[in-house]
Amino acid sequence: MSLRDNPLGELKVPLTWAAAIALVVAVVAATAILLSDRRETFKAEAYGVSRRASDKVLAPVGDVLATPGRWTGAGVDTIRDYFAAGSQNRQLKAELKEMRQWRDVAIALKDENARYRTLLGLKTDPPIPMVAARIVTDSRGPFADTRLANAGSERGVKAGNPVMSENGLVGRVIGVTNGASRVLLLTDIASRTPVMIDRTNARAILTGDGGPNPRLDYLRGRDPIREGDRLLTSGDGGVVPRGLPVGTAVKGLDGRWRVVLASDAAPIDFVRILLFEDFTQVVNQKELSQTPTPPPTPGPGGATVKPEVVAEAPVPAPAPKAPPAAAKPSSTKAKSADDAAPDTATKPAAKPNPKTGDETSAKSAPARTPATTPAADRKPAAKTSVMAKPNGPPKPKPQPKPPADGAQT
Amino acid sequence: MLQVIAATILLGIPLRVFGLQLPEPIFPMALAFAWAVIRPSILAPFGILLLGLFLDLFWGGPLGLWALCLLIAYGGALAGRSMMAGQNRAILWAWYGVTTATAMVAGYLFVMLDSRSTPGLVPMAWQFLATIVLYPYAQRLIDLFEDADVRFR
Repeated sequence: MSLRDNPLGELKVPLTWAAAIALVVAVVAATAILLSDRRETFKAEAYGVSRRASDKVLAPVGDVLATPGRWTGAGVDTIRDYFAAGSQNRQLKAELKEMRQWRDVAIALKDENARYRTLLGLKTDPPIPMVAARIVTDSRGPFADTRLANAGSERGVKAGNPVMSENGLVGRVIGVTNGASRVLLLTDIASRTPVMIDRTNARAILTGDGGPNPRLDYLRGRDPIREGDRLLTSGDGGVVPRGLPVGTAVKGLDGRWRVVLASDAAPIDFVRILLFEDFTQVVNQKELSQTPTPPPTPGPGGATVKPEVVAEAPVPAPAPKAPPAAAKPSSTKAKSADDAAPDTATKPAAKPNPKTGDETSAKSAPARTPATTPAADRKPAAKTSVMAKPNGPPKPKPQPKPPADGAQT
Repeated sequence: MLQVIAATILLGIPLRVFGLQLPEPIFPMALAFAWAVIRPSILAPFGILLLGLFLDLFWGGPLGLWALCLLIAYGGALAGRSMMAGQNRAILWAWYGVTTATAMVAGYLFVMLDSRSTPGLVPMAWQFLATIVLYPYAQRLIDLFEDADVRFR
């Protein structure tokens, strides 16, 4: 049967209607894809096969394309350095002179901190291993600010890892594949980072809006911030470690507080991906959940609190082991029950910022129960009553040099 | 399509000249407009869908965002095609600006619903400006079609 004999052979589809139907089908497909997207979740599997595959392909392409620009920049820098060698030398000498004074202060403070930590028995955070990577692609639109770095799962990078440049925090990893990882910048509309104002210790949430200066939301306290205040990560939530430099506060044209990012001071070509794992991530949750829960605290008119709980409360050291000597302060790492954390090789100079011990106590807050917080309202006391109960209070080591002045934590 | 993909990748390299970053226009917008003006087509919506998905994958945004925005722009241009026919270059450029603005407003609303936060208007304005200066590329595609068709000679 020829086509002309076929009753459907004379059927003519109006082109406009066919195009309209094709458009509707494509819109439905795009809507379904958009609704099923789960970019905001932290789970590695939510990143999707398509994204991982495209990142794997795009990373080497971007690397090759960026190479001429990188070489040109290096060449320009070399020529500029050659002609500005004299003035740079003078400037560097002046800086070195000032830095030497700061070095002496840092050594003294480091020693003092070590003694205080040993005295208080604080659990310090473990050292954070890092991976260096190069940025190969960059997107800067109002709806997406991400970058592709050429280090991925083969080097231990995981979704959620913070990313830093030499100047400050850049963002965090949201997707990883072999050879590449996608970095969500602080300026992205989906980025939320808990920060604190260095001067007042006030907390806020750094919220990206696609522009170069993300805004500060949920500022708490009375007059918590001033123009030029330095902002650091607060470590709340446990995704980003405490104390990483973020930027300085400025008042935006819209009257809202915004942040000039420290990482914007120079082009972001090389970054450090911090393989940071929070205490809540390395702890053995299964074992923790099997710990017997203490009985609930009776009300004011009820039965009395058990005497052993009250007696244990003031003991500050939650660790079952005694703290080591003051010569190695940062080796008092929080060891999880299953020893999942890496060993305690400490290089304070390699860390981006010295961190305080508050992080550990803040993160372990969910392990506490109100039943074990009697009169004392301090965090170590509340924590100790839960964590030190099975083994009893550890004996404090005698300290060779107690500080002469009052404790400043 | 390949030219658009290549141009997008080229402007995606991390380069800063005198402290300024490269602009980031939406190259596929020119295609979405030109294809709608040239003639209705069954393949064009799917081509735009693929280009939008490429943008989302390359820029790392929500998957499907730009695909949907570009299709809305294409649909708008297709609907107003009869009004655009025979108009001069400046009027078409204005239509192109309206189409781009429609897509960006749609993107603004979708992102606002997705992230529960409002995107900044200033970066949107910059991207809008960077995109509408691409109109000569769309005009060239339209001219190529008209030159190839004997009815327009």
